[in-house]
Amino acid sequence: MDSIFRKIMIKLIGKSLVVLTLLMLTSCDPNEAQRVASFDNLVMQDEFDIEGTLDSNLWTFDLGKGPGNDGWGNNELQYYTDRTENVTVENGYLLITAKEEAFNGANYTSARIKTEGLFEQAYGRFEARIKVPYGKGYWPAFWLLGNDCGQNIWPQCGEIDIMEYLGNMPTTVFGSAHGPGYAAGDAISKKYVLENDRFDTGFHVFGMEWAPDYINYYVDDVLYQQITKQNVLEETNGEGQWVFDHPFYIILNVAIGGNLPGSPNTETVFPQTMIVDYVRVYQK
Amino acid sequence: MKNRKPTYFKDLSLIFLILGLIVSCERDLSEDSVVATFPNTGEVFTDNPINLTDEFFISFDPAQGANTEGFGIDNNVAYAGTSSIRIDVPAPNDPNGSYIGGIFKDRSGGRNLTGYDALTFWAKGSLTATVGLVGFGTDFVDDKYAVGLENIQLSTDWRKYTIPIPNASRLLQEKGMFIFSAGTQSTNGLGYTLWIDELKFETLGTIAQPLPVILDGEDLVQQSFTGSSIRISGLTQTFNIASGENVTVQAAPSYFDFVSSDTSVAAVNELGIVSVVGSGTAFITATISSVLASGSLEVTSTGALPAAPIPTLPSSNVTSIFCDEYTNATSSNFEPGFGGSTTQAAVVTANNDSVLIYSNNNFTGIIFDNTVDASALSFMHVDVYAQQAGVQVEFQIRDIGANGVINTNIFTGQPEGDDADYRFTTGNLTVNGWNSFDIPLTGGILNQKNNLGAIILAGGPNFILDNIYFYTP
Repeated sequence: MDSIFRKIMIKLIGKSLVVLTLLMLTSCDPNEAQRVASFDNLVMQDEFDIEGTLDSNLWTFDLGKGPGNDGWGNNELQYYTDRTENVTVENGYLLITAKEEAFNGANYTSARIKTEGLFEQAYGRFEARIKVPYGKGYWPAFWLLGNDCGQNIWPQCGEIDIMEYLGNMPTTVFGSAHGPGYAAGDAISKKYVLENDRFDTGFHVFGMEWAPDYINYYVDDVLYQQITKQNVLEETNGEGQWVFDHPFYIILNVAIGGNLPGSPNTETVFPQTMIVDYVRVYQK
Repeated sequence: MKNRKPTYFKDLSLIFLILGLIVSCERDLSEDSVVATFPNTGEVFTDNPINLTDEFFISFDPAQGANTEGFGIDNNVAYAGTSSIRIDVPAPNDPNGSYIGGIFKDRSGGRNLTGYDALTFWAKGSLTATVGLVGFGTDFVDDKYAVGLENIQLSTDWRKYTIPIPNASRLLQEKGMFIFSAGTQSTNGLGYTLWIDELKFETLGTIAQPLPVILDGEDLVQQSFTGSSIRISGLTQTFNIASGENVTVQAAPSYFDFVSSDTSVAAVNELGIVSVVGSGTAFITATISSVLASGSLEVTSTGALPAAPIPTLPSSNVTSIFCDEYTNATSSNFEPGFGGSTTQAAVVTANNDSVLIYSNNNFTGIIFDNTVDASALSFMHVDVYAQQAGVQVEFQIRDIGANGVINTNIFTGQPEGDDADYRFTTGNLTVNGWNSFDIPLTGGILNQKNNLGAIILAGGPNFILDNIYFYTP
């Protein structure tokens, strides 16, 4: 998702097919083969119940076009702001709105919020209930970054993408993990396709359960991907490193354009809003 | 597609209402009061027509060029199962007809399609041709819920096509299961075969993000007068489908809910016809399932239209085309539907006086059903009314020659073959008053006016005509 943090993910789809095939070959019955622990202890939640205000005890902002002023390393087109027209809380929902407008040299504005320095945790269940926009160019995400990216340059610090979505593929989301040896276009990733439904017409719960030896990805109650230390080694010819044993923080954003989704087209509707009902984190 | 005057359900519903009232006087609901519902079968054709008779295909009119020979079932080709529909699209010079098309009709009571969100089918072509029209809702009776998806590109392998239903809640009893029209415009005249299989109404769950449109999305402002009517055209519904593509279909007015901001000025019915009933200004807007359509009409009525000057010539001096004071010598087609024409023409009658109202004219014509011999006549009279400044109208009086056909050079617009014309353009018309013109039959038709067949109208774009007749003083 992030700057430095990602280049092109097109290859992912093909890659994920391989993963999918492997999974199907290796684990005929996911319920037996996949490890699932229960995370029942609610340690963080934001139900977005404070009208008009983001809880500053939990959230802070990423602003602008990224540290390199290069669209967060992905040639994204938006300028992130903390203005209420881009990010606010209304009627119990977090609203992140992308607008088409000239602003500080960009043609779009949007917002990206994070819990860096405010809520960071290793392991547990992270989930959010989200409805996303639609149309070419929209690239909303719910994801985690390791809290040590300042010292251990990405991808060494690790990235866990719980939900990524491209507006021109309204029935599909991606879950991914990035680390040394499997980052950006080579991340370990898998897509999940809704049958007879889509992600922009209703809320879905995007969940991720993370333990010392695996990361499980859920859409609603469906477990669709498990990444283990063994996967990481298999995917990278033994080169990849498991970097998911330290605290990570949460990011929610709506990117516009860039390498992965491509630019909006004339049919893309602006403004549109990613609506988040809640964010919750559990531990064992 | 032809618009036909619908027979309304109004009278029926009144009867139902009365029946309902009578029945509901009883303490317990009678079984008879249960609203009749029609079968909700979604399949139209899988390996056979489903719940349709053998005569489910009704061709467009062969007299208009439709080829009835190219339609059949292919038992050797199928996307699924054992057979498919095979359509052999003819070359333009095919003696059996230059294009192929028609409808699949439920000849029983119709179907309840309210639970579906799309008509889908698989198709492939022997060429990667473009099929001009696919859709549903046309039954050759009312065509009340006609839907058309234009210009679908075929592949030489099977591909699935999705035609979203603009507003399924309206399809309580639909008989028009499918419509298609295919020619060789995209193949440079080369005929090809089109196969269709697994044609069915489906509930996809992925038909979303409706963007309805009226008047092509434009916010029109129109002057009018009491007694006139305006048809709301340019109606489409767009959905985003599972592939992420936006699919836009032409949608009949009856899928929309039209609203007038002031019904004492203008009323609008379920067919999208705005009737101006009083002076003032009204805004016409529309929704589909509570989603506001882009596009609107602001209609301002200045009251009743003043009557045009009443002709005083004796009828023996006159050959009339459109005039209440004389018996018209021929009936005429006021909506010839010339390709590229944007014109709306309407005959509006108030107080036993009919006028011709033209809106958004670029070019159209008054096509005489029978030619007029004006050899002994020397002028054409017409009264023109404009409600905006700067309106000019060109009249092209056309003699269509002995062959009885309008022959026009498609590049120059000039008469060719045995045709001839005389062209007269009004200056800027006086606004809000009748402008009378007596146009001499001269120029190209000075010596050829025994087969007058049409008056071509160019420019405007908005004007009203009355009292069109040829005469000698």
